Amino acid sequence: MDADLSVSAASAAPESEVARKRRVHGMLKQYYGINDEGKVAAVAAVAATAEEEEEEEPESRDPCDINGPHFDPELYLNKLRKECSLTELMDQESLMVKQIRSLDSDMQTLVYENYNKFISATDTIRKMKNDFKKMEDEMDCLSANMAAITEFSARISGTLQDQHAQITKLSGVHTLLRKLQFLFELPARLNKCLELQAYAQAVSSHRRARSVLQQYSHMPSFRGIQDDCHAIMEQLAQRLRQKFRDGGSSAKDLSECVELLLQLDEPAEELCDKFLSHAQSRLEADLQGLEAELREAGPASGPTALLDPSGKPSAAPVAGSPADSVSPMTNPFLSPTSRMDILEFIDRGCNEFVSNLCLVIASYQELFINRPQEGDLASKNIPQMASGKLHSFVDSLATRYFSLVERRIQEEKGVGDNSLLVRALDRFHRRLQAISKLLPGSAVPSQGTEIVVQAARERIRQYLSALQSFYLDSLTDVRQALAAPRLSVGGSAVPASGTLLGSSSGGKDAAPSLPELLSSLSASILNQIKSVLASVHLFTAKDITFSNKPYFKGEFCSQGVREGLVVSFIKFVCQSSRHFCESAGDRGGSTPPALLLLLSRLCLDYETSTISYILTLTDEQFLVQHHVPVTPVTALCSEAREAAQKLLNHYVKVQGLIISQMLRKSVETRDWVNTIEPRNVRAVMKRVVEDTTSIDVQVGLLYEEGVRKAHSSDSSKRTFSVYSSSRQQARYAPSYTPSAPMDTNLLSNIHKLFSERIDIFSPVEFNKVSVLTGIIKISLKTFLECVRLRTFGRYGLQQIQVDCHYLQMYLWRFVSDENLVHFLLDEIVGSAAHRCLDPAPMEQSVIEVICERG
Amino acid sequence: MEDDAPVIYGLEFQARALTAQTAETDAIRFLVGTQSLKFDNQIHIIDFDDENNIINKSVLLHQVGEIWHMSASPADKSVLTTCYNTTSDSRVATSAAVWRMPKEFESGTHESPDDSSNNPQALELLCHLDNAAQGNMACVLWEPMGDGKRLVSLADNHVALWDLEASSTKATVSSSATLEGKGQLKFTSGKWSPHHNCTQLATANDTAIRGWDLRSMSQNFCQQRGLSANPSQPRRAAQDPSRCLWGEKKNSTRLLFFPRVWSVRYNHSHDQLVLTGSSDSRVILSNMVSISSEPFGHLADEDDLSDGEDNHQEEKSKEPLQDSIIATYEEHEDSVYAVEWSCADPWLFASLSYDGRLVINRVPRALKYRILL
Repeated sequence: MDADLSVSAASAAPESEVARKRRVHGMLKQYYGINDEGKVAAVAAVAATAEEEEEEEPESRDPCDINGPHFDPELYLNKLRKECSLTELMDQESLMVKQIRSLDSDMQTLVYENYNKFISATDTIRKMKNDFKKMEDEMDCLSANMAAITEFSARISGTLQDQHAQITKLSGVHTLLRKLQFLFELPARLNKCLELQAYAQAVSSHRRARSVLQQYSHMPSFRGIQDDCHAIMEQLAQRLRQKFRDGGSSAKDLSECVELLLQLDEPAEELCDKFLSHAQSRLEADLQGLEAELREAGPASGPTALLDPSGKPSAAPVAGSPADSVSPMTNPFLSPTSRMDILEFIDRGCNEFVSNLCLVIASYQELFINRPQEGDLASKNIPQMASGKLHSFVDSLATRYFSLVERRIQEEKGVGDNSLLVRALDRFHRRLQAISKLLPGSAVPSQGTEIVVQAARERIRQYLSALQSFYLDSLTDVRQALAAPRLSVGGSAVPASGTLLGSSSGGKDAAPSLPELLSSLSASILNQIKSVLASVHLFTAKDITFSNKPYFKGEFCSQGVREGLVVSFIKFVCQSSRHFCESAGDRGGSTPPALLLLLSRLCLDYETSTISYILTLTDEQFLVQHHVPVTPVTALCSEAREAAQKLLNHYVKVQGLIISQMLRKSVETRDWVNTIEPRNVRAVMKRVVEDTTSIDVQVGLLYEEGVRKAHSSDSSKRTFSVYSSSRQQARYAPSYTPSAPMDTNLLSNIHKLFSERIDIFSPVEFNKVSVLTGIIKISLKTFLECVRLRTFGRYGLQQIQVDCHYLQMYLWRFVSDENLVHFLLDEIVGSAAHRCLDPAPMEQSVIEVICERG
Repeated sequence: MEDDAPVIYGLEFQARALTAQTAETDAIRFLVGTQSLKFDNQIHIIDFDDENNIINKSVLLHQVGEIWHMSASPADKSVLTTCYNTTSDSRVATSAAVWRMPKEFESGTHESPDDSSNNPQALELLCHLDNAAQGNMACVLWEPMGDGKRLVSLADNHVALWDLEASSTKATVSSSATLEGKGQLKFTSGKWSPHHNCTQLATANDTAIRGWDLRSMSQNFCQQRGLSANPSQPRRAAQDPSRCLWGEKKNSTRLLFFPRVWSVRYNHSHDQLVLTGSSDSRVILSNMVSISSEPFGHLADEDDLSDGEDNHQEEKSKEPLQDSIIATYEEHEDSVYAVEWSCADPWLFASLSYDGRLVINRVPRALKYRILL
């Protein structure tokens, strides 16, 4: 539209006018952002070269384009006229008119609007002009006021200047005066403080004044003050030291003292020493109390025991102590050497000594080590020095304390109530932990632990010896019980033996059988072991502080309890059993054979079950972790078995010897050459059979029957004598012919080849038959050897025949292989025949008659 | 020649008495006395040819009775004593006599042993040790290393010291003593100690050992069997009885049963070697290091090589290290009543069992070298 306008205007205006308009137009255009500079320039150039330009831009140069800038109405009209019909022209014309009209109205609106805008802009400008004017006036007014204010202010400050300087000076003088006054008043104040014993205030006052006095000490007045102060402070320090030295003051007072003295530039080292020596004197008093307790315990035990035979001497003296509740538990029998039980003792030690020690350490540390350091104090390296002193102090005292505790623990010999000791040790250990917390680097807790460990070890040793003595006591009881039936045959009751640990009541009962004795013995031993294990187990209880120390977790369980206690005890049992076998030589009669038998069975039982049971029990209770190799169960079992075997062997030997002795005496003391014709079996043989039977019964009580070789049903009726006499014949028949001396040997050797070779000395097995076989073998062998040493007459030989037949009738049933008895008896009769001056054997039937009669 | 097999010699009679010919130090010679009630008893002189392992025997008749004990003079090869049984009127008595062997026997160079067996010669009686008052003679002991002039006899409960005249034809009792005690005490054996100038005598009765001082004829020590403590060292070195019983105890514990040990002999030159003969018809050679008078350094235990090194540092007075059985000889089939070391060869010994079997054995070669080296 604008283009149309300008085109139409341009076309109407003259050339110069056009140019000017165009410039304006161009500016507007520029303003509105329509960039047709090139066109304008081109239009400017059109004037000169219109033709060329038309050629260059044909479409815009089209003069017939009504909206184009180069519209030529003439051409357009002509063209219309030429090309269009009338109607078309008419239409064209009306259309054009319509367009012109609308254009006109548009232009009018535009103009109107522009006009309005111009009007309002003008109004606005006018209004602004008014306002600016008003503002300018107010600004003037403001600057005038400001100037007035500045002037006033300057004037005021000018007037106040000298007053202010005066005030400053005055206040300075004032403080100085106050300081001076303080200084002048200081001696008096200090004196007053001294009187009121407000040492802390005095010291702080003095400290404040000290440097000043120091600085102005060249002035006489100040010097006087300073001297006064010094004197007073000297006095004060004196008093403080006095107080420090006095034992009576409490730890808190003391620490205050020390603090003040430190502030007074007392040498810290000296103070440390003094403090410690003071503390030491008090701790030493504690220690002496403990020591007195210990000393008292020794001599006191005698009288108290005498005075109070009912046996309650201990509990009374220290009432109210925490240990009092448990002290009645102490059995006076178990710790008769002390009035105060160990828990009480340790308690006292903890409450008095250890807590005081802790207090001392704490206050000492607060005073000398942990205090905030002022410059001059820090430089002296006090903490190191002080802590060094403290360590040696604590160490020396703790050593004494420990030695006391150790002595006390050593006095604890009784093994009855372990819980008391464990609790005491626990308390002891626990209290030492406090020291370790206070004094991290100290060796004291570890020493304490060492003591506990030592005590535990000692305890195990004691338990072991207690077990051992218990075992021996039990054996004595068993011995008495075994002896009792023999003694009490007449009906007299055996007085009840006062068994200390209440093991067996066997003594009182009429005649406890062997199995009963065995079971009661093994049961009581087992119970004892169990109770000891339970006691020892207290050491590792969860609530005991030292139970989680490595020693108690590992070595105590495995080396201490398992090896040191259980294994040692089992070994001791085996050892003492073996001892019975070995020492029997010199005091042979003192060990009753029944005891040997019983012990043998005991050891065998141990081998089969008890050992593994006990060890399993131990391992379970103590959760033993074996870091070091321990004795295996099998080794112990084999040891027990060995002991059992030895005991049984010894039993066989002893019983065999007893019977042998009878036989030997019977053979040696008789004149076999001049004896009368046998009418009876000799009483000795009956005795032998009786004894063998009783041994059989005795062994049968404890050992199983065992296997015996199958024998024919008519064994007892076996014609022994026929056999023997036939052999006899064979044996010395050739002797009548001296020309063939070798035949004897040959024949007997051939005979031996065919007869079953009998092993006379075979080991004993754990059964009745084997034991009896052994005894009978020994007896008969002795019989044989004795017979060979004698010379017989006819009747002597016949007596031997009778005796042997009698033995044959009764002994076969005891042995595993009856051939053995046959063989040996055969040898006896053979040897007797050989040693006979007039060998004329008795008739078998007569022998039988005699034997059956007697 | 590795550990030669034992040499066995059989006698036709039962026998208990065995002795080495003490005065003979060149040839290995043992004397055996037989026991027979019905026939003439014999003394067999057994010569052992070490090189060829052959036995030469000579037989002498001993007609007075069965021989219970025999001992050879340490000075004169041909002189010996016997204790023998005589039976008369159904009384049995034991007495003792000193005998001399015929000349040709004493040196062992008898030419024809075959003849002698057919035609045995008799012993020449030198003198009776007349002791009718004292009872049955148990044994007669020569003074060791002496000149063959002094004897000790043990009879029942009497000890008698005899002096022989130069010709040995007359013996007189120079002193005697009596064992007193409860019951009927009888000496069973004895031994003369070569130490202390031959003034000590040890005797055994039942289970007790007694020591006698021959100068005063008084008892100077006594111990019951089973005490394992030994008498003092020099005395111990030759006291067989004390060792006998001691050894009995040792062995009985070792062999599980109670084999009656009848005889114990110590090797003359190496006294840790102990020989025992027992009624279980075994002969046992033991190495009793614990009672040896030699320093341990010179002997290492045969059976326990592991201890060999330790032995070198040990002194004899220390604990017994390893008393061990070296060897058990089971050639016998009856009770062994006598064992004896040879006087000529310290590594050789003889044992005699009741059935008349004499066995000659040697110490195992390995052990021998160990002791020597």
